[in-house]
Formats: sequence, C-alpha cells, structure tokens
Amino acid sequence: MSNSTSSKKNPLINNPVVKAVGTQRAIAILALIVLFGFFCIASPAFRQYSTFVSILDASYYIGFMAIGVTFAIITGGIDLSIGTVLVCSSLISGTLATKYNVPIVICLIIGVLIGTFFGLCNGLMVSVMGLPPFIATLGSMMISKGFGSIFTKAQSVTWPQSSQPGGWFRNIFKINVAMAEGNMMIPTGFILLLILAVVMSVVLNKTRAGRYITALGSNKEATRLSGVNVVKWETLAFIFSGTFAGIAGVSYAATYSTLLPGNGGGLELDAIAGVVIGGTSMSGGYGTIAGTLIGVFIMSVLKTGLPFIGLQNQYQQFITGFVLIIAVFADVANRKKKSK
Amino acid sequence: MSELILKMKGIDKSFVGVHALKGVDFDLYKGEVHALMGENGAGKSTLMKVLTGIYAKDSGEIFFEGQEVNFQNPKESQEAGISIVHQELNMMNHLTVAQNIFIGREMMSGKLINDRKMNEEAKKLFEKLNIDIDPSETMGNLTVGKQQMCEIAKAISKDAKLIVFDEPTAALTDSEIEELFKIIRDLRAKNMGIIYISHRMDEINVITDRVTVMRDGEYVGTLITKDCTKSDIINMMVGRVIYEDPKQKSNVPADAPIVLSVKNLNAGKLVKDISFDLRRGEILGFSGLMGAGRTETARAIFGADPIDSGEIYVNGTKIEIKTPQDAVNAGIGYLSEDRKRFGIIVEKSVAENSTMATLENFTKGLFIDKKREKTESELYAAKLKTKTPTVETAVVNLSGGNQQKVVIAKWLVRNCDILIFDEPTRGIDVGAKSEIYHLMNELAAQGKSIIMISSELPEILRMSDRIVVMCEGRKTGELSIEEASQASIMDAATLRN
Repeated sequence: MSNSTSSKKNPLINNPVVKAVGTQRAIAILALIVLFGFFCIASPAFRQYSTFVSILDASYYIGFMAIGVTFAIITGGIDLSIGTVLVCSSLISGTLATKYNVPIVICLIIGVLIGTFFGLCNGLMVSVMGLPPFIATLGSMMISKGFGSIFTKAQSVTWPQSSQPGGWFRNIFKINVAMAEGNMMIPTGFILLLILAVVMSVVLNKTRAGRYITALGSNKEATRLSGVNVVKWETLAFIFSGTFAGIAGVSYAATYSTLLPGNGGGLELDAIAGVVIGGTSMSGGYGTIAGTLIGVFIMSVLKTGLPFIGLQNQYQQFITGFVLIIAVFADVANRKKKSK
Repeated sequence: MSELILKMKGIDKSFVGVHALKGVDFDLYKGEVHALMGENGAGKSTLMKVLTGIYAKDSGEIFFEGQEVNFQNPKESQEAGISIVHQELNMMNHLTVAQNIFIGREMMSGKLINDRKMNEEAKKLFEKLNIDIDPSETMGNLTVGKQQMCEIAKAISKDAKLIVFDEPTAALTDSEIEELFKIIRDLRAKNMGIIYISHRMDEINVITDRVTVMRDGEYVGTLITKDCTKSDIINMMVGRVIYEDPKQKSNVPADAPIVLSVKNLNAGKLVKDISFDLRRGEILGFSGLMGAGRTETARAIFGADPIDSGEIYVNGTKIEIKTPQDAVNAGIGYLSEDRKRFGIIVEKSVAENSTMATLENFTKGLFIDKKREKTESELYAAKLKTKTPTVETAVVNLSGGNQQKVVIAKWLVRNCDILIFDEPTRGIDVGAKSEIYHLMNELAAQGKSIIMISSELPEILRMSDRIVVMCEGRKTGELSIEEASQASIMDAATLRN
C-alpha cells in the first residue's frame, strides 16, 4: 500500500533506470550532466579541450582520496586525516627528492607508504583501541599536519617541473605532446584514476575484504558472531583510506607545483562530500566506487566551471554545499518512504 | 527413544548481584523437539547463552554427543554443531540473502568471491527446506518472517546437529508459522536435536515432544508434552511462592471520572485496535508477555511513536498527540522501561534531572534559576524519600530505586496527572521495590492516575485496580482485580487470534 502511494507521489522512484543505480546516484548523475551542460552553454571558453583537462586535473587528488575514504565510510566510520596526510606525504617525499637527492621513484613509493602508515595507525586506533573514528582521525589529522611542517622545517617544497631532471613523474598524470597547433595534453592521470577505481570496485564487490568491510558496516556484531575477524577488516578499510591519501599526495605534487606546510586541512571534506553525494551511506553498510567518482566530478566541474561564468572560487564551496544537502536529503526522504 | 545429544548438569551462573542460574539440569535426545519454558527472566536465554559459549558457566557440566565440552565463544559451539536462531535477528541488511547465509564462509574462485555459486547453493538449500526466497534479494527488503527463514537456513547450512530456536514465531504470521513447523518436523526426522523456546502454549502442544520449565533461574521439572495440559505447564511456570499479597479489591470508586480514554488505537505492528479507559486515582496494570505490544502502546500514547489511527481523550477532551511535548502538555508523563537510555541523564545532578521537563518554569531571564531548582528538587526528594547526599549529586551515583524516584520527581514537578510506569521495578532490589509500590499507591491516593506496565505477575496482582492483558498487539483481556489470578492473566496473555 505504501509503495503505491509513494510511487504516485514520486514517479522517479519507480523508473527502472533510477531503481538500478539508486535514487541518490541517479540524482548525482543528473546533476553532473546538468552542471556540465550549463557551463557549456553559458561559456564558450568552457567548451575547450584544455578546460576538460583542467577539470580532470582538479579531480585526481580528490578522486584518489575519495576512493580510499569510501571504504572507511562503508565501515560506518570516517577518516578526517586524509587531507593533511596528502600534504604530509607530499611534503616529506618532496623534501627527500629536492634536498636529499633521493631518486624520484623511491620518493613516490615513500609518499604512498606514508599514507599507508597513517591508515594503519588510524585502523588500529579504531579497531583495537576502540577509539571513535572521528576522534582517532581528528588526532592523526593534527599529527600529520604538524609532522609535515616539522619535517620540512616549515619550508615550502617545490617538486621538479616536467622539464627538470626527475620531472618525468608528472607524465604519470599528464603528458604534453608538442603538435603543430600547440601543445596537446593527454590526461594520463585520468586513466590511472579509472584503473584504480575499477580495481577498488572489484575489491569492494568481489573479494572477502570488501564483503567483510561492507558486512561489518551493516551490522558489526552479527559479522563478529559469524566468525569474521572484524578487527582485521576494519583496520584494512582505514589502510585503504590512508594509502589512497598517499597516492593522492603524489598526484597533487604532479599536478600543482608548490606545497605549503600546514595546508591540506579541508581537502578531506571535499573528498567526503564527493563520497556522500555519490550515494555512500554515512552510517555504513552501503557504498559504491562509481558513485564516489561521480560525486568527485561534480565537485571538480564546479571548481573549474564557476570561474568561467565570472564567479569566484568561494562559490564552489557555496554551491557544493547545496548539492550535498539536496543529494543526501533525497536519499533520506526516499528511505523514510520505503520504511513506512 | 534414541540416544542423548546434549546433557547439561548443575549449571550455575551468577552476574553481579543476580544468581541467574541455580544448578539447572537439561537434556535433549536426537530427533527430539524439547521446549524450554518459563516467564520472562526465568533464565532460559541465559542457559542457552551458556550452552553456546556466549557466557562462561560458574560451575556444572555440559556433555555434547557424549563428550564433555566447554565452549569459549559462539564460534567454537558452531563448529561443534550447535546453532542458534536468535530472537533478535542477526542480519546484515545491506547484503544479499546468499551473502548473509555464507558470511565468513564465502565460496571463492581464486581470489574473488563467487556470488553466483553462493546463490546457487543457497537456492538448493531453500529448495531442500521448501522455502521460497530469492537468494540474490537484499536482506533488508525481506519481511521479518522471511529473514527468520534465512537465519534457519544459515544454521542448517553449517551442518548443525542441534538447533536452538529462541522464540522463533514472535514475529511470524500464521502461514509462516506453518512453514516453520514443517521445517522443524523435517529437521526432527533427520535426527537433529531441537531446543524450542516459546511463550506460546498452543505451539508447545503442536510441535514439541517434551517441556522443561524454569522459574527464577531454577529447574522446575520436565513433562512429556502429550501427557500434560496447558494448565499443568502454567502452574509450573507461575508456581513460585507469592510473597507479595495480591490486592483484594479495587480502591477506585465506581464513579471516579475517566481521565484518559483511548479508542481504537493503532500504531505500527504491535498496537492493534487498543481501547481502554483510565480513571482518576486508578492503577491500571498492563500485563502480557514480551513483545505483546504494551510498551509500544505506551509510546504511542506518549507521542514517542507515530499513531496510525485512533482517538485519545484526556479529561473528556479529544487531543492530538504527535510528539512527546503534546503528551506532556496534556499532563501525561512516561517512565521508560529503559531508565538509563530514556529516563534520566545519568551524568547530570538530581536537581537538573528533576527540572528537565519543566525547565521553562525555572528560568530567570536567559538563565536557569539554580536556587529555585534546588529548593524544588529538594522538596520532591524529601516527598519521595529519595536517598541522595545532596540534590547536586550526579544521578549515576544513586541506586536503581532512587534513580527511578528522580524520574518520578521529574514528572511530578511537571504536574502530570497521568503517569505511565513501564516496568517500574526492573533492576531494582526488593527493598526499593516495595518503596516504589508504596509511592505509587500514595500517588494514586492523591488522585494521580497510573498505567503500570509490568512483566511480573505478582507485581500486577499486587498493584493494579484493573488489568488489561495484551497479546501480539491486541487487547486479549480486561480483568477487574477481583476476578484476576495468575492463571487467568496467563490464559489471556497466550490467547492468539
């Protein structure tokens, strides 16, 4: 009975396509298309390949963070440290590269591992020590922020430019090809982002790790009583989150030139907003990587597009806030109807 | 009969302040359905938790298939072949049916989970059990009955030799119960041992071979089901020495005005068409077994849960109750069965808790008038004989009985004339109990009207002027105190319709 009334009120819910992708994600996809279309119509300059590349540039580091933190959120937790861990790992590995002449390959690996280390610590604090994820990761947010500055002695770090020795690593994320009518940019980072997204999507949906992370986010006690080692899998979710923050650090270094110590606070919220817009449940038990990517692209389209119509960057935050609230409210309203 | 699968001997278990199991004996044959019965709190669930390793026993012996066992955790007992179908379902609602059934034992192809194989296996399992459920459906979309079937399938898929059903039919419809019984008979035919915990007399006769009754943590006796009657079992269940004298007659004059009238109230699944009147100065007992819908009725009247339909009149005026504020404004106070979660704020002081519902009367401009808060709460602490060093003491430091008095004070300060006491003496020791009883009688004598929900029959019989009995969300009896007895209440409380 309740079904028929809700479908009368909201024909969207009964649409088979919407049903398949989920209401919230359907809204997110729609929002992405509408936003993109809007900017294309509003600004001729937006309809250029280079704009498209800068949208992608802006989405790498948020995208990697968001993929990782999706796992932490699916457990029903949160990881607030990813933004500062990103900067911390990039600062430390960048200092090693520029001041200590450590080979770039090693620096990149160390950058990722710093993320893994923070993820492991967060995971142990949550699963073994029993700290609330919000508190544990708030602590490591502050620690990583401070540690990065301490390590660089509060100096900014400039990674090698692509023309300089060691600058090759920037090609991982963008290759400039000289052509007759100017430079042609190939956004290789986008391919990397997609590959890792597919890999993590398989991990989430097709492996024990993903299954247990989802299960413990849905009902931790029931999962434990089923004989599953919840401590291990909960820790792993945070390791994913940290490691991807490390990867994000590398991509951030490759996309932007200079890193300032003490920055990075707030980046995690962009990533978390992307995850939530993409339909992952903050209370745990449900989430998709595809949704997360859509959420991230909404953010970067806004970020890149708004200056084209003469709005300053702060409008990005302003508008993203509305998108976030509307997307989540649609989901909450939908679920309320279902449970009735 | 065939051989024993389980023998429990002299099981003893104490928690802080509670002797939960006192040398309990229990045995089970292969191919037997053995009912375990007793009132709420008799120790049935504790016994089962000891068996499955959730609790460690203090003393006693457990033999499973002839071997002495001492399970340390549920995993060990599961591996030995003991599965339990819990009363509260332990499901991961976001996963599919098959994913739930095989959680912790996923079927793999290489490193990847083979969901298709698990779906096929689950389907085979369901076919064997004659259950019609799509294994790829999300668990949260199933009805509670279907979820229960999944839980059973999960237990069986683990090669269980002994299955404990803990009130499996509490949430099932009649046809689902039929299906469940068919499954249980199948399992019995396969020579499995089945322990069946239920409150429902009529089911016991249909499905079980023997009945063991527990009372107050003690083993009372075991009967062959087909040789005994419903009243034999009820007598064993309630046969404790009643140290509290039942009330002889109602204290309410016949012409006392009706202060609260509930007409055809429906709310959710456990409040169906409930009607009753409450008179001035009356203590109206609400009796019934667990899950009968008494608390749900109280919560609906108090506006804590949404009302689907029905009318509520206070002092003859029809009122709309949509939120607890509406109820409080109409003079209704609710003392929750779960004091710590819903009744008091344990870290706050006695004074702060006492004025919680009336804070707007204790302000001076923007600020709280601490002095008046103190004098007023001291007044009520004295009136209710609350034992607290000062009213500034945090409630967490008080005993259960005194905490309850603080909650009462909260509603008295608010000047509520209708008080709903939900399990007012739960977790309170005997001395404090009689003080609470005394207090309730005094309140009634002063003209307050009380609805008392209680699972303890002696408490109902001692306190109530009139008794409403519920079963599965319906009112199945209304008895005057003169005609009520433990047996007549039990009869109504197990009346299924």
